[in-house]
Amino acid sequence: MEYEAVIGLEVHTELKTNSKVFCGCTTAFGGEPNTHVCPICLGLPGVLPVLNKRVVEFAIKIGLALNCKIAAFSKFDRKNYYYPDLPKNYQISQYDLPIAAGGYLPIEVNGETKSIGITRVHMEEDAGKLLHSGESISRSPYSLVDYNRTGVPLLEIVSEPDLRTPEEARAYLEKLKAILQYTDVSDCKMEEGSLRCDANVSIRPVGSDKFGTKTEIKNMNSFRALQRALEYEIQRQREVLESGGRIVQETRSWDEAKGITVSMRSKEQAHDYRYFPEPDLVPLVIEREWVEEIRRSLPELPDARKERLIRDYGLPPYDAGVITSSRDLADFFDRTVALHPDAKTVSNWVMGELLRLLNAGNLDITRSLIKPAGLAELLRLMDQGTISGKMAKVIFEEMFSTGKDPGTIVREQGLVQISDEGELAAVVDRVLAGNPGVVEDFRAGKERALGFLVGQVMKETKGKANPGLVNKLLKERLGSN
Amino acid sequence: MDLHYMTAHAIHKLLVAREVSAAEVAEAVLARLEAVEPVVRSFVTTTPELTRAAASRADEAIARGERITPLAGIPMALKDNMCTKGVRTTCSSRMLENFIPPYDATVVVRLAEQGSGLIGKLNMDEFAMGSSTENSRFFNTKNPWDLERVPGGSSGGAVAAVAAGQAVFALGSDTGGSIRQPASFCGVVGLKPTYGLVSRYGLVAFASSLDQIGPVTRDVTDCALVLNAIAGHDPMDSTSAGYQPPDYRECLVPDIKGLRIGIPREYFGQGLDPDVERVVREAIGLMEELGAVVDEVSLPHTEYALPAYYIVAPAEASSNLARYDGVGYGFRVEGATDVVSMYMKTRSEGFGQEVKRRIMLGTYALSSGYYDAYYLKALKVRTLIRGDFDQAFKKFDLLASPTSPTVSFKFGERADNPLAMYLSDLCTIPVNMAGIPAISIPCGFSQGLPVGLQLMGKPFGEETILRAAYAYEQATPWHRRRPSLEVQQ
Amino acid sequence: MALVTISKADVEHVALLARLELTEEEKERYTQQLNNILGYMEKMNALDTAGVEPTAHVLPMQNVFREDAARPGLPRELALHNAPQAQDGMYKVPRIV
Repeated sequence: MEYEAVIGLEVHTELKTNSKVFCGCTTAFGGEPNTHVCPICLGLPGVLPVLNKRVVEFAIKIGLALNCKIAAFSKFDRKNYYYPDLPKNYQISQYDLPIAAGGYLPIEVNGETKSIGITRVHMEEDAGKLLHSGESISRSPYSLVDYNRTGVPLLEIVSEPDLRTPEEARAYLEKLKAILQYTDVSDCKMEEGSLRCDANVSIRPVGSDKFGTKTEIKNMNSFRALQRALEYEIQRQREVLESGGRIVQETRSWDEAKGITVSMRSKEQAHDYRYFPEPDLVPLVIEREWVEEIRRSLPELPDARKERLIRDYGLPPYDAGVITSSRDLADFFDRTVALHPDAKTVSNWVMGELLRLLNAGNLDITRSLIKPAGLAELLRLMDQGTISGKMAKVIFEEMFSTGKDPGTIVREQGLVQISDEGELAAVVDRVLAGNPGVVEDFRAGKERALGFLVGQVMKETKGKANPGLVNKLLKERLGSN
Repeated sequence: MDLHYMTAHAIHKLLVAREVSAAEVAEAVLARLEAVEPVVRSFVTTTPELTRAAASRADEAIARGERITPLAGIPMALKDNMCTKGVRTTCSSRMLENFIPPYDATVVVRLAEQGSGLIGKLNMDEFAMGSSTENSRFFNTKNPWDLERVPGGSSGGAVAAVAAGQAVFALGSDTGGSIRQPASFCGVVGLKPTYGLVSRYGLVAFASSLDQIGPVTRDVTDCALVLNAIAGHDPMDSTSAGYQPPDYRECLVPDIKGLRIGIPREYFGQGLDPDVERVVREAIGLMEELGAVVDEVSLPHTEYALPAYYIVAPAEASSNLARYDGVGYGFRVEGATDVVSMYMKTRSEGFGQEVKRRIMLGTYALSSGYYDAYYLKALKVRTLIRGDFDQAFKKFDLLASPTSPTVSFKFGERADNPLAMYLSDLCTIPVNMAGIPAISIPCGFSQGLPVGLQLMGKPFGEETILRAAYAYEQATPWHRRRPSLEVQQ
Repeated sequence: MALVTISKADVEHVALLARLELTEEEKERYTQQLNNILGYMEKMNALDTAGVEPTAHVLPMQNVFREDAARPGLPRELALHNAPQAQDGMYKVPRIV
């Protein structure tokens, strides 16, 4: 039987505010354990929460960017459950009246666009961090609790079960990340936990409109992990069904090292969160005017930016898609084009050398030592004929690793192209004289022999010869006869 | 009169006139505290050093010729559910027996700004759950008027201390009558302000949508002075009203001519002790003589207030008290090898019977499948109760009733029947459900025990309440009566 | 709407949700007392509340915010001062799961 997967994602993202959602503690990442805490986020007896206005602004912003309806009336609720990373043993969250709902996010997979429904976006507080003494949580005789992250604002973004393949899930998460970064509400660092993703997965026979029993997959800490975990889980479910078994509704954890999902048995299987309205916070009445003000402040979003790059610069849709997948990358592109208006060349360099080196070093564009001005200058030197394309690549690598500007590298390494005709002519003559056989071949009609001769000239000049000029000189000497 | 039995405003006059020093006041009250504490047992913790320090600051200010605030150098005490930085705050629970808050409640900051000196932290029903202070995990507090009887609760220590001369005034908290009922049992003045008038920041939460801090004083003037100190917006409490409170001293005018007072007939029904009713009706009669216009009114949903309250309050409490788990602070059992058993054993040993009963009740009411039938229903009933008051206040400026249907009862008398204990809060609970203000003032005696008159007002109608209470008080001797505690001094 | 009576099993389930370990005697007692109290709560069902809005907050307040400004928290010694067990600047708890 042919199966298809039904996948929905629950994404949690920490918001980039200065202070926590209900108290004035800093949200800065890192810091010694329990140094970014106060009576409020520690949940001491008697404390009360006061809502950070920027959290609401950010939530509305994301709601709008995801084409949601922003609630006119919203409130907070308590979600009650016991866990040592939750000092009050309830999480202030939103239950039945989330700030935003009913949106969609278009994604593109294999050149096809598909709209993924956004069920809801809601605000809540993050929990603390547990450090285990042993190799795993259940094997540790004790654990240590750090409350620095407790109370950091979170948005939970829940998708409809509209995703059908691990690739779609990955594309959705990448697109969502791009939007969170474009709107500047989150750093989205999966390695620091500021972007986290859980997946609900089930499979069903192709053509069926019923949902199968789903499992919830947790602990996927990268895009790759998401894709691999889903691939594994779909295959696992298929094998269970094909061997006549039944899927158990449960939470499973992705084990990155083993490449499998593992059932997380909890003592309390029956969760009963006993949601009720948070009495310590008053409701939110969201004025249309506020929403419109935030709408006006929205930056150009990835899709619009992609369209602009295609329209204004004639970039291929694929290139435009790659460049706009990250706001920082697109900003780098735009800033470079502002200095060096040959957009296609800039795009080629960004798509080629820059991304190659970034990926090889597993670096983010914000950590790149190459700045737009540097790349623009490099391209200018190439246009002027000061350096060759081949030199440019060498210089680019040097710029990437040292951050030096191209002019300096050219000077330091004597990489200036030889464009002096007299100087090159002498080299050309020497090469022709030293390779009579090849000259014969060329004259006998072997066009490829020319390439060899060019190569010899470049070798003699340590790659500094202006290739155009070398070609011209060779042809003059060979072809005119 | 003995210094320890004087009101704050009387002491203030003596201080300003330099007839007595704040140090003398502090020593007198401290001596009284020590002398009667073995029999009354109001205090969980005493802080004589803080009282003396505040007194010497007041004396220095007076010596420098500075104007002092009305509460400067006045020894006061706090119910032990208000957080005091560096002074343990127990809620009379084993769970918090050794808890030392690293911060001050907003009311504590405000009283400190007034220069008032903390003399100690007061016994209470554990986590404010109870009506007799018998649910303290530490010891019983006695009613100074009859040591075999309860002081009421849950602010039993607060009223006993003020009645017995161990503190000039105190702050209590009132979730379903916990200031007013004990105030009536011990013959003192107790005010539950409008929800949102006094900051709850630093008050250990019992039921967040009902809790309010209020003054426990010897007369209405002191009540106004203390309310002046603690009322007003606090950015640390999201439910703190934006209301700008007036100077409540200005409503201390003995004039209630034309004041319309409604008598809710449902508060004079079954369970009301006939002699208590007689005393209360006489008090209302006197107010009529003083010029008030009195008529009967109906608050038809009154009988539903109690069941709704005993859903809402335990439900909120079950969540508020979830934080006591032995992880970050407070009691933890020894030797638990996993966290779930640590939670369960810690909470079972750390909490007393009444607290556990209410946590069970509240957890049940919020649990899957029962939310609509209990919690949501109770919130709707709450709307109807508010509606009753809204209607009544269209015709009346105030409503008057007994504070409690009986006078103080003997220890153990109601301990075995939680429902009977809950029913005694019939007259005070609707006020919390509606969020309105109400005061209990002494209005006479029944069987030699104090009886309280409850005056209920519109939201933020504390001025009207205080004016009426003041007018009544000025025309009666009850607030000057003191219990005859036979102790060696 | 007739409300369910509470069984001992219900009491055990609720006690687990509330993280309370009850003795047999407490289970019996709470079963009986909660039935009594909830029986009294049935009074509310006599009241027709169709169309009545619930009151979660008595004050008609909305949109209470603080500005997004960070301020210093507690020194760590003070944060950990009340901890029953601490190690390496963190709160220590026994085995989880």
